[in-house]
Amino acid sequence: MATPPQSSVEAAISAEHLVRRFGNFTAVNDVSFRVEKGEIFGFLGPNGSGKTTVIKMLTGLLPLSGGSAWVEGLDVGTDSEAVRERIGYMSQNFSLYYDLTVAENLQFYGRIYSLEPARLKRRIEEIVQLNGLGPYLNRLAAQLSGGWKQRLALGCAMLHEPKLLFLDEPTAGIDPVARRQLWDLLFELSGHGITFFVTTHYMDEAERCSHVAYIYYGKLIADGTPDSLRQLPDVQPHGTKRIEITAPEVTRALRLARRIPGIRSATIFGQSIHALVDEHFDLDELRNQLLKNGIAVTEIRPLAPSLEDVFVELTYKQQALLEVASD
Amino acid sequence: MTNIFRGFGAVFYKEVLHVRRDFATLFFSLIIPLLQMVLLGFGIDTNIRQINTVVFNADGRRESRELLDRLKNSDTFHINRYVQSDDDLNDAIISGRARVGIKIPVDYSDRLLHQMSAQVLVLIDGSDSSVAGQAINVTTAIGLDESLRRVLQDRAAFAVDMRPKILFNPDSRSPNFLLPGLTAILLLNVTTFLTAFSIVREKERGTLEQLFVTPVRPMGLLLGKLLPYLGIGFFELTLILTFMRFVFRVPIHGDVFLLALLSLPYLFVSLSLGILISSKANSQAEAMQLAFLTILPSIFFSGYIFPRETMPWIFHTLSYFVPATYYINITRGIILRGAGVVHLWIDGLALFAMGTLLLILAARRFHNKVIVA
Repeated sequence: MATPPQSSVEAAISAEHLVRRFGNFTAVNDVSFRVEKGEIFGFLGPNGSGKTTVIKMLTGLLPLSGGSAWVEGLDVGTDSEAVRERIGYMSQNFSLYYDLTVAENLQFYGRIYSLEPARLKRRIEEIVQLNGLGPYLNRLAAQLSGGWKQRLALGCAMLHEPKLLFLDEPTAGIDPVARRQLWDLLFELSGHGITFFVTTHYMDEAERCSHVAYIYYGKLIADGTPDSLRQLPDVQPHGTKRIEITAPEVTRALRLARRIPGIRSATIFGQSIHALVDEHFDLDELRNQLLKNGIAVTEIRPLAPSLEDVFVELTYKQQALLEVASD
Repeated sequence: MTNIFRGFGAVFYKEVLHVRRDFATLFFSLIIPLLQMVLLGFGIDTNIRQINTVVFNADGRRESRELLDRLKNSDTFHINRYVQSDDDLNDAIISGRARVGIKIPVDYSDRLLHQMSAQVLVLIDGSDSSVAGQAINVTTAIGLDESLRRVLQDRAAFAVDMRPKILFNPDSRSPNFLLPGLTAILLLNVTTFLTAFSIVREKERGTLEQLFVTPVRPMGLLLGKLLPYLGIGFFELTLILTFMRFVFRVPIHGDVFLLALLSLPYLFVSLSLGILISSKANSQAEAMQLAFLTILPSIFFSGYIFPRETMPWIFHTLSYFVPATYYINITRGIILRGAGVVHLWIDGLALFAMGTLLLILAARRFHNKVIVA
């Protein structure tokens, strides 16, 4: 057994060259990353790209085919039971017992973690206070709305005061208000030093994370803060810049814009066009050209790439690499 | 500190809550077996009596009528029509109106009076082999008896006098035979289904996945789920035995406590079977189909309905692998024959061994296919 390097003890999660094979299929291929304590770590990727497999490996459910991982300073390969004591996990389908009441669900998960009665009682009170579950304690879990189910599930995962929480698509299928409230709660808890490992499909949620990573068919292709990812040379090709053109007749404007030399690519985002143009492209000149062709322009301004742009660019790059490799 | 039963108490308590919340399921899983008992106990008689019989009596004199009376008095035959030709006799059997046809020839009485051998034709519909067998046995016996009496007149006793004495179930009542066997099928039904469902439901819901990332140990989880259903199985057993004794009047000759004790390994087997099913099935519908698959051999190969002795060797061998075979031997042994632990310990041991094997198999499958998947 490898002794963990000092830095791995300090990190909430330290994954080094993780590999997981199922027969001939490599689901997770040489994945390394590090999550510091107190971070909200967003783990993104398309369905079937290996997100769940990584979570299963980090929670000690799946043995590693290669590499090593430390969670809260413990080796998941040899100490998985101790790891499970220290982490909380909430799956995307809110693993609650629908035929039990809110209070019974909380009590059950508390007993599972062997909390003594006095501590369990205190923790339930704290969770109920924090999540606002008070009025629903005697209601069956089945009768809660999506948002309340999710709060209860989060409460169940937090009873034993874990320092690290895995949330697998916590906001899938719940309403926008509940979604925002959950994120507010996560920020509050993260302020108390709790680390979150969150998978999501929502780009706006990814933007809120302090650290994001993107996995694509088993390989980690991006890892960093949202801002550092936006600065990646692959995302912002040398000698180009991004602009946003807002126009009332956005489809006509797009048709014209695509014919203007210097504009490399353009797509519609709502009422505006996002375009990748040459670095020295003159924005006033563009405005004149559009006006000459009878297209009113509300605004033209430089634009930073969104995380979605980042992942789209990186995915194209990765696909190109895979095609080269298979040729 | 590692406690391999960690989480047992929490899971057990939760499972009891589930059962209490879902009272309807529990109620029906307990009541339906009793309904099955009523159907089998009152509705089915495996003894063959009153076979529909057609008669062509071409002779018609006193000797021929005496013979017909003896056939009627055997309780095996019910003469429901008389015909006047061979064609009508055949026709009655082909049409299904009668299963046995008896033709007494025109010279029957004459030949008897002249000390000659008289022949009686017995046509038997062989479609149902047990009916045919009974018809052959009774007609041959009556013929033999009739001949002996004519040869011996009233002179002496029979040289060999067979005196059969039925030791157990002297009236050959069907419920006495069927219900102890049915107990095995019903218990299997209830416990295997309930356990398999309770686990598969958690699979469907996703709560099982959640439990695996908690410090619950597989043993704590499985036992916590098994024991409540063991309790229900035991309650069901008590219910069945009470019904059997007081509603169907099946006398229990042996020790009820021994029966309860030897039921434990059987319940253990059926619960383990439930876990094994749940490790394979991903939905309750799938679990249902697999559970039926385990019920069928228990009905057909265990000796519950068809005697194991008459099975082709392959099925007979197969019957040794069916847990119900051993349990039926135990229930019939204790209830009907008053057997004790000296007669039945080996059946109990066989069940215990099967249960252990199945549990190990189930736990391993559970680990490989459910947790690490």
